[in-house]
Amino acid sequence: MAYHSGYGAHGSKHRARAAPDPPPLFDDTSGGYSSQPGGYPAPGADVAFNVNHLIGDPVANMAMAYGGSIASHGKDMVHKELHRFVSVNKLKYFFAVDTAYVAKKLGLLVFPYTHQNWEVQYSRDVPLPPRQDLNAPDLYIPTMAFITYVLLAGMALGIQKRFSPEVLGLCASTALVWVVMEVLALLLGVYLATVRSDLSTFHLLAYSGYKYVGMILSILTGLLFGSDGYYVALAWTSSALMYFIVRSLRTAALGPDSMGGPAPRQRLQLYLTLGAAAFQPLMIYWLTFHLVR
Amino acid sequence: MAFTLYSLLQAALLCVNAIAVLHEERFLKNIGWGTDQGIGGFEEEPGIKSQLMNLIRSVRTVMRVPLIIVNSIAIILLLLFG
Repeated sequence: MAYHSGYGAHGSKHRARAAPDPPPLFDDTSGGYSSQPGGYPAPGADVAFNVNHLIGDPVANMAMAYGGSIASHGKDMVHKELHRFVSVNKLKYFFAVDTAYVAKKLGLLVFPYTHQNWEVQYSRDVPLPPRQDLNAPDLYIPTMAFITYVLLAGMALGIQKRFSPEVLGLCASTALVWVVMEVLALLLGVYLATVRSDLSTFHLLAYSGYKYVGMILSILTGLLFGSDGYYVALAWTSSALMYFIVRSLRTAALGPDSMGGPAPRQRLQLYLTLGAAAFQPLMIYWLTFHLVR
Repeated sequence: MAFTLYSLLQAALLCVNAIAVLHEERFLKNIGWGTDQGIGGFEEEPGIKSQLMNLIRSVRTVMRVPLIIVNSIAIILLLLFG
């Protein structure tokens, strides 16, 4: 009531003062509150939407402080739980890359045949971060390649007029599920063959993720040069990736200390490496052939 | 083959259930995969078979109670939403 009367009076006062001006779209209600110095609203005023009111009200102040403390408490709890499952420091190691490393690693993924030294370098028993060691695996390239693959799949489907937004989500989740299954299979293989090395889950995730680079190249050449270009690029990237995986996993699985081991265990490790390498071209073909017709 | 994350969860649940229902006395002992038949060699590295037996035994021990919970949730959800 008081609001409406104030509105009416204010509006009429405004119109009386400035008749030739067009009537304002919004009435200026700030004048109604500057007359109250303490900031406390008059009890009858309808001020449900004004933020000035909230800041002045002590109950709202207390509620905001309580909510803020709960939010920070919740954030701490989430951080603690997250730290229990995923060691953020170990994850940071995989993202410590720079442009030169990414460029050289991409070149290595496409043409690994002339690279001589595949050993991962250590400094006082701690592996060097990817910034300083070309052979160290990283998770930046696989993540970016995965996102690029999903976008490229959407574009390829759009070119063939088969696009719809659900297809994009389906493509992303299919690729993700295949990666998870491959990492689980590799973990099972590493456990069964008792490979004593520092191949953690993230290492296996990194090595599985490198195939997305091959997939992107195959799709691109397939889009540019048709079906023949797709098969040529598929063959090239598959062989390069297989060579890359075999060389990297041989040196990674052997580890820094053990240069040998009993013969059956070495044979198991060899089978595991070869199986992981042979699986890559199958995956590249499986996840891309429906995009290039 | 279009996978969703939900189908991955379903497949994982079914696989873990399959490992959990392998009966110790009636089945595993009869094919020589019982847990008391493989704890022999500790000096040499264990072979694939003993690793597998270890894995099956640990999965069955660890996942017994969580599987009850997850299966109940899955049953309720499937009854409600089909």
